[in-house]
Amino acid sequence: MFPWRKASGPLSSKETAKERLRLILVHDRAGCTPQLLENLKEDMLTVISKYMEVDEGGMEIRLSTAERQAVLEANIPVRTLHRPRCAVGCKE
Amino acid sequence: MGEVCVITSGKGGVGKTTATANLGMGLALLGKRVALVDADIGLRNLDVILGLENRIVYDLVDVAEGYCRPRQALIKDKRVDGVYLLPAAQTRDKTAVSPDQMRGVCQELAQEFDYVLVDCPAGIEQGFRNAVGAADRAIVVTTPEVASVRDADRVIGLLEAMETSPPLLLINRVRGEMVRRGDMMSIEDMVEVLATDVLGVIPEDEYIIVSSNRGEPAVLMSSSRAGTAFRLVCRRLLGEDVKLPRLPEQNGWWGRLRRLIGVGSQ
Repeated sequence: MFPWRKASGPLSSKETAKERLRLILVHDRAGCTPQLLENLKEDMLTVISKYMEVDEGGMEIRLSTAERQAVLEANIPVRTLHRPRCAVGCKE
Repeated sequence: MGEVCVITSGKGGVGKTTATANLGMGLALLGKRVALVDADIGLRNLDVILGLENRIVYDLVDVAEGYCRPRQALIKDKRVDGVYLLPAAQTRDKTAVSPDQMRGVCQELAQEFDYVLVDCPAGIEQGFRNAVGAADRAIVVTTPEVASVRDADRVIGLLEAMETSPPLLLINRVRGEMVRRGDMMSIEDMVEVLATDVLGVIPEDEYIIVSSNRGEPAVLMSSSRAGTAFRLVCRRLLGEDVKLPRLPEQNGWWGRLRRLIGVGSQ
């Protein structure tokens, strides 16, 4: 998960502290619970699967931060782009 | 008109009261007139840290309720010219003073003093809101630990929402040796995480315990590392261009090189 971990052995404890703080503060600042992210993920899946088949297991949704601004990051691997006739807004 | 400055932190035990006492004494040593206000009603301690606990007659609640004039409640320090304490009430609670009363008292003191330093209670409830609402500026005390930094961030967020001027960070109890080992966050790390300007850095110092035992703030003792750091912070607070003390970064290329060739970084 952390690219520098392999290069220089285990993280120093202050790097661990910073890494943990980054995550904690993003959630504190956004007033956002893990449950909220889980709900968001499910809703996104429902919408996206109308248009394409995605790898649910490989899906990652997280809040990160730039300065004091929260950023929502979504990483969603696509299996196949299907073009079902039933898709909403799909014109053949 | 002086400046009202609140010393706050969110988390308890990070050194708010110690910082308030030392900044107050330090500013007075630099020739400023300083009023120290203990806003921690019910759990007052600033009087003890300053060694003034035996001279309390009236307190903050008496002044807020108009029972006496601020001048009657202020205790003059006999060691340093220009330091006065307005103690908190010990037998009341945080709701004994309203935000308006607190602001009124601080404004009145600011007419007479160059600095009014308010020692904020821990937490983010009414005591915090009273103290912060009365201030023109906030100093957020934090230690380089996860819990303390998290609470500091919360407080910084609340201060931003209250639209006071941008808070300043006072990083307390830093251990240079642990920072060098990579086992304590450095100043740079803290700035990166909190995105707030740093007012000063205070090293861990056993003398702080001695000074609290005696009721003599460390800033009065020239041999104390923390005391020296507090004197520096006071000069920065007055706008002097004093550099922060440097703690070598463990992960810089220079630090790595030095460790590689076995040269200690001091």
